[in-house]
Amino acid sequence: MTQTDTARIDTTRIDTRPQETPVGLPRRAVTIQLDGHEIKVPEGATILDACESRGTAVPTLCYGDTLDPVNACRLCVVEVENSRVLVPSCSRKVEPGMVVHTDTERVRHSRKMVLELLGSSVDLSAAPSVAGWMKQYGADPTRYGEIAKTVKQPVKIDNELYVRDYSRCILCYKCVDACGEQWQNSFAITVAGRGFDAHISTEFGVELPESACVYCGNCIAVCPTGALMFKTEHDMRELGTWDESAQRQTDTICPYCGVGCTLTLHTQDNEIVKVTSPLDHSVTSGNLCIKGRFGFQHVQNHKRD
Amino acid sequence: MDLRFPEAEPTVAEVQALDAVLGVSVVAQGWEREHGGAHRASALRPRLLGALHALQDRVGWISPGGLGELSRRLDVPPADAYGVASFYAMFALEQRPTTVVHVCADLACQTLGAGALLDSVEATCGIPNESGGTASWHPSPCLGLCERGPAVLVTVAGDPPREAVIAPATPDDVAVALRTGPNALAEQAAVVAAVPQAASADSAANLVLLKRVGVVDPLSVDDYRAHGGYQALRAAVAMGPANVIREVTESNLVGRGGAAFPAGRKWAAVAGQPVRTHYLVCNADESEPGTFKDRVIIEGDPFSVIEAMTICAYATGCEIGYVYLRGEYPRAREHLQHAIQAARERGLLGPDVMGFGFAFDIEIVRGAGAYICGEETAIFNSIEGYRGEPRSKPPFPVEVGLFGKPTVVNNVETLVNVLPIMLIGGPAFASIGTTGSTGTKVFCVSGSVERAGVYEVPFGVTLRELIDLAGGVPKGRSLKAVLMGGAAGSFVRADEIDFPLTLEGARAANTTLGSGVVMVLDDSVDMAVFLRRIAAFFRDESCGQCVPCRVGTVRQEEALVRLTIGPRQEHDMVLLREVGQVMRDASICGLGQTAWSAIESAIDRLGVLT
Repeated sequence: MTQTDTARIDTTRIDTRPQETPVGLPRRAVTIQLDGHEIKVPEGATILDACESRGTAVPTLCYGDTLDPVNACRLCVVEVENSRVLVPSCSRKVEPGMVVHTDTERVRHSRKMVLELLGSSVDLSAAPSVAGWMKQYGADPTRYGEIAKTVKQPVKIDNELYVRDYSRCILCYKCVDACGEQWQNSFAITVAGRGFDAHISTEFGVELPESACVYCGNCIAVCPTGALMFKTEHDMRELGTWDESAQRQTDTICPYCGVGCTLTLHTQDNEIVKVTSPLDHSVTSGNLCIKGRFGFQHVQNHKRD
Repeated sequence: MDLRFPEAEPTVAEVQALDAVLGVSVVAQGWEREHGGAHRASALRPRLLGALHALQDRVGWISPGGLGELSRRLDVPPADAYGVASFYAMFALEQRPTTVVHVCADLACQTLGAGALLDSVEATCGIPNESGGTASWHPSPCLGLCERGPAVLVTVAGDPPREAVIAPATPDDVAVALRTGPNALAEQAAVVAAVPQAASADSAANLVLLKRVGVVDPLSVDDYRAHGGYQALRAAVAMGPANVIREVTESNLVGRGGAAFPAGRKWAAVAGQPVRTHYLVCNADESEPGTFKDRVIIEGDPFSVIEAMTICAYATGCEIGYVYLRGEYPRAREHLQHAIQAARERGLLGPDVMGFGFAFDIEIVRGAGAYICGEETAIFNSIEGYRGEPRSKPPFPVEVGLFGKPTVVNNVETLVNVLPIMLIGGPAFASIGTTGSTGTKVFCVSGSVERAGVYEVPFGVTLRELIDLAGGVPKGRSLKAVLMGGAAGSFVRADEIDFPLTLEGARAANTTLGSGVVMVLDDSVDMAVFLRRIAAFFRDESCGQCVPCRVGTVRQEEALVRLTIGPRQEHDMVLLREVGQVMRDASICGLGQTAWSAIESAIDRLGVLT
């Protein structure tokens, strides 16, 4: 039995950046089959959009709400009939008559293995949801043995604002895209090297103060695994005082300029420990500048007390 | 936003090297056409790869000063340029001696004593990649000289830079090269030595694609014309673009690079795209271990490649063609560059080809040591000056290819097949070979055979007949297995070699023809060492973009080392299969998808590791 339901697509999910005024023809609905159910989704939507419209959970790591999908992690793969290999749901667009399965043996195997391969080589402890997926898919990163090669390396601390802990890096390209043409256009970092040795780097690995970095912190905002982290957060984690359950988030407006970006202040024990901006915000799309992101010390300058 | 460039100053030599290369290349034409220099990246970005070669050739490495100067001139972010340079094995980002000896450590050479050569070189010349002194050496992936291994490539940076091939090489040769550079070495073997069938008039008479190799002077356009050259283009223009595509379609020609996609369908798809410009990319990045056919064709008959590309361009409306030639082929580059220049001078390339009223020109893009760049979309990124990482498909190249435009990507051998199709017609071509596999196929026979080389036979001869044609395994040895299709292919046992060499025959025999690699292994080959080399090859050549391949190739090698050397874990075989499965199912491109094929077949068919 197949059931037909008209899917509700949250269009902001497809591209949250300021949309151009639609001048073309309205988008047609495409009928596809998802796990045995016939559904209609707008033309141009991805399989992931379709899954979300039906409430089908699909794990993602390198998918970034505000960035073009690079489909590098392969965690979101699904099985599409008549396709020799599995397809990344985050970037494959729906086609009429597509028959998609999100929970087959092959899909579960690939997701389990991607989690295991990452888990055995990268520190995923600061990546939300991963532990749950590991359990769900039965991933056991320890079975690759003690000698399994990892990306473990010392944390790079070369400035007072944020640290780069590439032991946690899954090479999702999001920081590079955010630093480059998709958001900041600073082009301070790149993927360098090849294969397992591929890594995020400045030119010749120079420290950030010598690079083109402008400390906007937009790379931190998109990092899915905590490889890029406020120095405050890093220091508190080192001291064991970082406690997200004890934190409050308060939205306010940045005081520095007339753009008026929305800031979300993350506070713990009445101290600002981190600043973000909502990803779905029409002005910032989660991005800030150095002042909004890091210029909060004046708020808690206790010398004045 | 203005870019920020590093402060390191370039040397005079680096400035001269960049002066010489920037401003003369036409590679930038494509990007400049599409974006007018006002897009996300510099209009000059496609010159990046050539500029990196210029620095590497001149001073032997890419220095911070050189990279900074290059970034300034091309208006490319220095981090981006660094990311690109670090992608390619042939670019050094730390200072190293100007003379570098690349000793092939790959599969075919292994069957010919590369292991002993490497050991001996290490004993006499010291450890690899040593930075002191005037020369260093390092083990290299397949150099495409499989018919006369063990092979060595020597590169000497300077003005002019020099490159030389030593094959077969002895430890003494390597020592001489390290001491005095390649000048002291003997001239390399004639191209025709790689075509054993050319030795006798009887077998040479059956050659179609290789008929001119060793017969014509590869440096003379007149000689090419005297041997039937440019008749195919005349025939093509006489019948018109639509009929050219019809003939190619009716010939049932399929791609010879490994994927076997129908060439006619690809051409028709590009020809039918209303979007302009259309591009043609000739894929000459043959890096599959054991493949060297395209090298022989380009070295021995470079004008045939130019003529075939011109026909394709005429039929599909391409104005610019790129030959992406692997960086390890100095003689092929020299011959092809000369041929392109000669063709331009004669009006065979240029704004009005042969007076027929269409424009077409060809540029060589020189690879820099990356197997992945032979992948049909990675090749676009590499030409455009980005890291040679594959793109996801769809969209396919016929719609969104090079510079985002409709693009024909064909292998060298696929293209030269178009010449006989134009001359005898599609249906006549289709009558050669079998119904499912038409025409002739150039096989690269290497390993333990009497006469290694490229063999052109009609589809349908059996693998046994082909091995016999190459003289069989040397006396006193016995056949153990044949690796079909290279590292990305699969093994067949000695008792399985009676299947016909056709696409359908290979499929039925549960193997692949791939790019035409037939690597013959005798009983002296240590399969454990051989399989570890396959695993190491994929680990080295993975671009690192997707998780299944980036980490999977490492885990595959680790498991294989444990299984063959120890200590063996109880579940290692299960692990190997599970890693293999995710690489096959979930990798972005064919590299990861086939990285487990050969090892799987060694376990399942040859009973290795059990």
